[in-house]
Amino acid sequence: MARITAGVGCSHVPAIGVAMDTSNTNDAYWKPVFEGFNKSREWMKKQNPDVIFLVYNDHCTAFDASCIPTFALGCAAEFQPADEGWGPRPVPVVKNHQKMASHIAQSLILDEFDLTIMNEMEVDHGLTVPLSIMYGDVGPNEEWPALVIPLCVNVVQYPPPTGNRCYNLGKAVRRAIESYEEDLNVVIFGTGGMSHQLQYKRAGLINSEWDTKFLNLMTEDPVAASKITHLEYLRETGSEGIEMVMWHVMRGALDAEVTEVHRHYHVPASNTAVGHIILENKSKDSL
Amino acid sequence: MANKEYDDIPGTFVFDAERSREGYHLNQFCISLRLQKNRDAFNANEDAYLNSYPMTPAQRGAVIKRDWNLLLELGGNIYYTAKLAANDGINFQNLAGRMTGMGVDAYRDMMLRGGRPIEGNRTNSEWEKD
Repeated sequence: MARITAGVGCSHVPAIGVAMDTSNTNDAYWKPVFEGFNKSREWMKKQNPDVIFLVYNDHCTAFDASCIPTFALGCAAEFQPADEGWGPRPVPVVKNHQKMASHIAQSLILDEFDLTIMNEMEVDHGLTVPLSIMYGDVGPNEEWPALVIPLCVNVVQYPPPTGNRCYNLGKAVRRAIESYEEDLNVVIFGTGGMSHQLQYKRAGLINSEWDTKFLNLMTEDPVAASKITHLEYLRETGSEGIEMVMWHVMRGALDAEVTEVHRHYHVPASNTAVGHIILENKSKDSL
Repeated sequence: MANKEYDDIPGTFVFDAERSREGYHLNQFCISLRLQKNRDAFNANEDAYLNSYPMTPAQRGAVIKRDWNLLLELGGNIYYTAKLAANDGINFQNLAGRMTGMGVDAYRDMMLRGGRPIEGNRTNSEWEKD
């Protein structure tokens, strides 16, 4: 049986990808960002998942304004890193566990989550930056160590799905994964955030106190976290901070009780507060 | 336009369906610049390229002038307008520096000091006091 053993929350700031792709991770600006990922990379090596279920948002790459699915599951055999306007990132093609992805799609739809199914899709920094954060440098001619099932969540056009909807989707994702017969170690990623506003006159907003509270809730009280309103995200964490709804999918797929094995928080990376957490299921040993 | 609960957040546009409708052709133009062949065509002849996107004269003017805030006021969304900025060699942080009116260096310094604080930046009334 496939099982979810752990969850990873992390920002997907494009500039983190650029810093890695241009070998600037050791300069004074980036060093404190990447130092916090050393432990994550060691953990990832040890954890060695077969499959990553990766929740992220597309930034008008696969979906422009002509088509805006609230939830879209990547079911293609593979996903090319996209040219987002400055050339594709020099990272490997992302390979799917296609059979498992179609099982998950079927299970989720019968569980009343009406997904869009993507049989062709390019992926942007929202997906590749978290992989780079957790695996370090992997060249375009190498392979990512795990297969990746992408789930895109619309957070560009308001309103994104509610935190509660995302949390319940996470629970359904867990039911889907745990009803798949192959014996697989699955880690789920929830990405985006933390506080940031990229646009207009309030750009640059950061709310570290709020972010810390959110990270605490991720570990200790995910139900309370899932009830945070859209208005609170917009006002307290900036217009783009609302990406954090995606973390609830990750959290919903884990046990009520989890062990926090790592946390990292740093301001700034470009316009953004970088937040990162690793949560292990307490039940993982009994599986 | 009906009042919305998020209209009270200062210096912020929430890209909802109303804005999406207003900015549709502008945003579709911007996103076309994701691809190199389109960037080449646009940079070779901006006017001719813009003719294939039926945006309003005001939106078109804001594109030509690279008036980043006006683009947002007219229905543009940051993830879209950032493609026009990227075409011009302007990254997200420098674009933010321009939109805030602080300038690129002062904005970068503010971010290094921990960003724009939430205190005093929650509601329109807090901005009107200044």
